[in-house]
Amino acid sequence: MALRLRSSLSKSNFLNILLRHNNLGFGTASHTTRVSQNPISRFCNTMAEKLSSVGEHEDANAQVMDFPGGKVAFTPEIKFISESSKERVPCYRVLDDNGKLITNSHFVQVSEEVAVKMYSDMVTLQIMDNIFYEAQRQGRLSFYATTIGEEAINIASAAALSPQDVIFPQYREPGVLLWRGFTLQEFANQCFGNKSDNGKGRQMPVHYGSNKLNYFTVSATIATQLPNAVGAAYSLKMDKKDACAVTYFGDGGSSEGDFHAALNFAAVMEAPVLFICRNNGWAISTPTSDQFRSDGLVVKGRAYGIRSIRVDGNDALAMYSAVHTAREMAISEERPILIEALTYRVGHHSTSDDSTRYRSADEIEWWNKARNPLSRFRTWIESNGWWSDEEESDLRSRIKKEMLEALRVAEKTEKPNLENMFSDVYDVPPLNLREQERQVRQTIKSHPQDYPSDVPL
Amino acid sequence: MSSIIHGAGAATALSTFNPVDSKKLTNLSVRSQRYIVAGSEASKKKSFGSALTVRHSQKLIPNAVATKEADTSTSTGHELLLFEALQEGLEEEMDRDANVCVMGEDVGHYGGSYKVTKGLADKFGDLRVLDTPICENAFTGMAIGAAMTGLRPVIEGMNMGFLLLAFNQISNNCGMLHYTSGGQFTIPVVIRGPGGVGRQLGAEHSQRLESYFQSIPGIQMVACSTPYNAKGLMKAAIRSENPVILFEHVLLYNLKEKIPDEDYICNLEEAEMVRPGEHITILTYSRMRYHVMQAAKTLVNKGYDPEVIDIRSLKPFDLHTIGNSVKKTHRVLIVEECMRTGGIGASLTAAINENFHDYLDAPVMCLSSQDVPTPYAGTLEEWTVVQPAQIVTAVEQLCQ
Repeated sequence: MALRLRSSLSKSNFLNILLRHNNLGFGTASHTTRVSQNPISRFCNTMAEKLSSVGEHEDANAQVMDFPGGKVAFTPEIKFISESSKERVPCYRVLDDNGKLITNSHFVQVSEEVAVKMYSDMVTLQIMDNIFYEAQRQGRLSFYATTIGEEAINIASAAALSPQDVIFPQYREPGVLLWRGFTLQEFANQCFGNKSDNGKGRQMPVHYGSNKLNYFTVSATIATQLPNAVGAAYSLKMDKKDACAVTYFGDGGSSEGDFHAALNFAAVMEAPVLFICRNNGWAISTPTSDQFRSDGLVVKGRAYGIRSIRVDGNDALAMYSAVHTAREMAISEERPILIEALTYRVGHHSTSDDSTRYRSADEIEWWNKARNPLSRFRTWIESNGWWSDEEESDLRSRIKKEMLEALRVAEKTEKPNLENMFSDVYDVPPLNLREQERQVRQTIKSHPQDYPSDVPL
Repeated sequence: MSSIIHGAGAATALSTFNPVDSKKLTNLSVRSQRYIVAGSEASKKKSFGSALTVRHSQKLIPNAVATKEADTSTSTGHELLLFEALQEGLEEEMDRDANVCVMGEDVGHYGGSYKVTKGLADKFGDLRVLDTPICENAFTGMAIGAAMTGLRPVIEGMNMGFLLLAFNQISNNCGMLHYTSGGQFTIPVVIRGPGGVGRQLGAEHSQRLESYFQSIPGIQMVACSTPYNAKGLMKAAIRSENPVILFEHVLLYNLKEKIPDEDYICNLEEAEMVRPGEHITILTYSRMRYHVMQAAKTLVNKGYDPEVIDIRSLKPFDLHTIGNSVKKTHRVLIVEECMRTGGIGASLTAAINENFHDYLDAPVMCLSSQDVPTPYAGTLEEWTVVQPAQIVTAVEQLCQ
């Protein structure tokens, strides 16, 4: 492993950079003895080497040159690096398709308590998604986006993190919030935008946010959370906290400029951030073959100098192990890690989408049945004697009841009052906003029949 | 951010702004008091007729430029250039609060393209003065994320025009997240950099971004124009809980002025009274302030008494100061460097017309740059920027 130049003292960082510059691009101290420190004589030496090697094939092969960033060997063969390797990067998994533990697999052991909570939360997430989706179809909710098929990514990754790790989600990771303690009622409140919502009714459904649970409010723009996460990781590093930043995005999000810049920045800043990509095969109707031509996301990490791994996103145990290991690396070594979780978006992109228009129902059905993350993990915990059919049906009926109740209460709760339209734009509403609020109130007063009755003034 | 009505801050105000009387002291402490005294003498004997003759009985303020009179009553200040004032403000805030950090291209050991961050990396270390790769959207996004977790980053755009690449982060995240998160997360960032038309920097390096950013809800915009207000605004912006965009001008970095030794900040939402007058209100900001003051010299010699206000706060406008001035003079001329269409002047014209229509004796006139990319040729470039001669003509026209 390369010399650890990182130090918590900024001054020694500064000295290290100076040293690096003086060594003319060499990364480790061991190389300095081979080269003269005097730049002028070194330059002459190189010239001399070049001249003397004309016609000598062996010497030409052995030559190296200092370029910014380190030594580069030369080659007389005109060789292009292939656009893809012969084989795709293998995918780390621990449970087979049937939920049986693969022999000789490496994984991080989970306790019964954690495993049962993981499974229960996956079930809860699934039920919550189904009920909210139905509610939207019935017209009770304006919008919803499910996480069906990606429950393992959500819950298992959350389980492997600590509560101080800051989360920068895209919008398909409510499971992380669920794991951390966001209640079904709180989810429902946000979806209905009522006055109990953390966000004070300002965002559309599934755009959750909780300061208390270190889950940053979802911003709908794709991949903008990636640079935010790098900044947060940088902040954690500056404060020397035992925590990292974790950010999620989809295969589609990796095409955005912010993805590339964020990875580059994270590597340069040596920021402790986990980039977790949910490669679920589809970006609304765009399949991955139309999104990028690389071997998925995992190979992109190397381009930025980032350690990467490809994981079976529907294997909760593998997901847990990978994130757990990555987190330790990120914090102790102060480096970013890229995790590509292969999975499938079983649901539609959102309630505004009908995915059967662009993909076969068979494909969806196959992933939902044969590759279902819940059933695989359930098999494993049952094989450990930690779960039973009875507990399953108890859990499901309890959650369903809770969900329906949460929906009912959220629907009935008042919306936030009008002043919330103008507050929090700034820390204190300025003159122009106060004036605008006054105007709105005046208009409502003169035309009460044109305004919704359930918005309190 | 305090409300504008109670806005005037004394020179040493820190986080709270003391409400003062309606005379509305500016932040120029002793110097301003002299102005107010002179102004009020003049107003007592003012004739309220429409004649715009100069009253020779009062002490006329011949100085066109904000005073350089000897400040013997204050402690001896120190003289420095505008970029040094910015640096001083930044350094003092970084000393005061360990969460303040700087991010941008070449801000570290290079000291910044305009030397505003010179010496800071040596003093505070690489972690607090961060050199970033070239991606404005990414380091702006990074600063936003860092701000949400407790840091107070100052983002430097090497040239304001480059921040167009950061528009997504500024508009969608910086301006919005405090609101959409229900107030859970604050983003106390400062985004600063040099902009405006320079000396043959080419079209891409002569952008005036204030016109593009002015609609974004959730951000504040201020423009500095003197070493005094540069330092004061920098400090106030860093201390503000809202995201603030601080517009500097490429050609003003070497302005020299004596500023107080003691700690002071300038109110972010307040305009600066540069020269009180009776005949016409001239609203301006940034570099155009100097063109206006040059024109004012000529105007004074011709017998006019212009009131020059440096609006400083581009979002929101200080309609209190502006309004009081309009009510006094009844004529408004806006002089700006923005393009005509959709510029700060356009919004200001609308705001004045909406709020002070009854007080106007003439239509609001706005002098701006033309709607063209800034040409490179020196002569052409000069003609895209409003020149003092045009200002004089405009005032004469308005005061007929």
